[in-house]
Amino acid sequence: MPDRKRSLASTFAGYFILIFVALVFLYPFVIQIATSFKTEPDAAANPLSPLPHLATLDGYERVFGTDLPLWLGNSLLVTVIITTGRVLLDSMAGYALARLRFRGRRALFATIVAVIAVPGVVLFIPKFLVLNQLGMYDSYTALILPVIADAAGVFIMKQFFESIPVTVEEAARIDGAGVFRTFWSVVLPMARPALLTLTIISVQSSWNEFPHTLVAVQDPALFTLPRGLADLVSGSLGKGTQYPLKLGAAVLATVPVAIVFVVFQRYFVRGANEGSDKG
Amino acid sequence: MTGRRPGAAKENLAGWLFVAPVVVILGLFMLAPILMAMWVSLTDWNGQGSPFRAGVPFVGLDNYTRLFAEEGLARQDFMTSVRNNVYYVAIVVPAQTGLALGLALIVNGRLLRGRTFFRAAFYFPSVTSSVAISVVFLFVFANSGAVNGLLRLFGVEGPQWFADSRGILHLVLGALGVVDPDAPPAALTGGGPFGLSWWEWLSGPSVAMTTIIVLVVWTTSGTFMLMFLAALQNIPVTLEEAALLDGAGRRQVFTHVTLPLLKPTMFLVLTLGMIATWQVFDQVYVMSQGNPAKTTLTPAFLSYQTAFNGFEYGSGTAISFVLFAIIVVLTLVQRWVLRERRA
Repeated sequence: MPDRKRSLASTFAGYFILIFVALVFLYPFVIQIATSFKTEPDAAANPLSPLPHLATLDGYERVFGTDLPLWLGNSLLVTVIITTGRVLLDSMAGYALARLRFRGRRALFATIVAVIAVPGVVLFIPKFLVLNQLGMYDSYTALILPVIADAAGVFIMKQFFESIPVTVEEAARIDGAGVFRTFWSVVLPMARPALLTLTIISVQSSWNEFPHTLVAVQDPALFTLPRGLADLVSGSLGKGTQYPLKLGAAVLATVPVAIVFVVFQRYFVRGANEGSDKG
Repeated sequence: MTGRRPGAAKENLAGWLFVAPVVVILGLFMLAPILMAMWVSLTDWNGQGSPFRAGVPFVGLDNYTRLFAEEGLARQDFMTSVRNNVYYVAIVVPAQTGLALGLALIVNGRLLRGRTFFRAAFYFPSVTSSVAISVVFLFVFANSGAVNGLLRLFGVEGPQWFADSRGILHLVLGALGVVDPDAPPAALTGGGPFGLSWWEWLSGPSVAMTTIIVLVVWTTSGTFMLMFLAALQNIPVTLEEAALLDGAGRRQVFTHVTLPLLKPTMFLVLTLGMIATWQVFDQVYVMSQGNPAKTTLTPAFLSYQTAFNGFEYGSGTAISFVLFAIIVVLTLVQRWVLRERRA
């Protein structure tokens, strides 16, 4: 191996670059956390330092002086309901599209694929129009109902059900179990990996959801955390810098998803790639 | 319909019962809204009462023609937002695709230690809240923030990022001595298509817009890295090894074996990237609200602002349908340009 030395040097350089890039990707989060524990002058004077000069909970105390605990509660509630709804409704629809022969199945599936392709921003104002027309605007219903089923989730579940063998279900059906019973006690337990993937993507997307809340509610009592945070930054509280307060609130919006991410990383990866198959 | 299987009717019913909730929700909150918005875009509804009321003025295609053909603020704002978004797409899409591919190639190395960690580190920004991340970047790019602190270490005085509406292309042309940004040539300022002068069209993204560009490249590269990574892992190792044994250099293997096999993923990443970048909204809402001097205004934000702050719902929905059309047309063009040239 004549170029062993060169390969050692290039390995070393490779790791150096890699660690540098990883730092670029993670350092903003370090700054975020560090700044949330800083005093305001410290945050302004040492924006780069990964440690507060003098750690203080002042930022967080002020965060909890705002409506934030309420928004945190709303986010939690909305996330739980939407995720439960999506997992159940998407898997039912996905199962029917994969297994049950009903009239209009193909057309329905084509419609669902088309719906996935509609860009979300196009729907901002239209969603508001319908919520307004139905008298749902500015309510929990408006926050939850329009997003309680999603076309992409149906697609993922259909693909999954098509990938598992049909024999077990057929055995159950021959034993006299009805369609719903077969689905509930035979199919769903087999679908655990896909259900978990769907759960993780739903938790992440509904926890982070922002634009939908803009067109669904305007009462601060109904804000979710991202909506409240955006308001905190651009609204009246956003006057002046107050970075420890803002970044403290941002930490609270980031941490739950970060925990889910660390624990269920491989499901995130799977979800991202499922999403890519639909293109 | 003779000779159907026994239980077919039952299965038909069960099938529709299973899909009913999804059909109702998607119908009510995806299809009905689009139809309703089409109507509203033909009116001057101001948000009061129902848009189907008798008193709502019907204006035909006025809301659309105003964006293209009529001299005025509506066209000026819309064209400015299109210009901003064109520059944004032109930079973000190649940058995030290149970065994602680079990261995927590195993380795919079989001998790499800690690849799980690196993969997670690069992907993490993609899963966090766009609002929270935007708030962090507001601080990172603040006047006394991390980026300017870093620049100061190298003796450079950073700009006031969010207040700086100067176009990057103007600055570059000025620095090269081609034109003086403070006194642009009359040939360029005199006229131009759609109510903006050539000089305005040639601004490049503003300094403020670059912060959003950096943020988005940083957050989305991780997702696309995973897609490239999945594609790379589907390439049989033996294929690359065979090429190496045949005497091909590493670079040759990459350009002649690996890259052609990545073509479908490349197409997917470019398409998804383009679709997403034309819809940039959250970051604009949190970081700039279209300011300074409307240089971070995008069609998505403009449509929101026109409807919800200006109470011109007709005009706002018209903008969002035009945006929809832009996305569809560009996707088709891209598909045609990158089409598989099968023999």
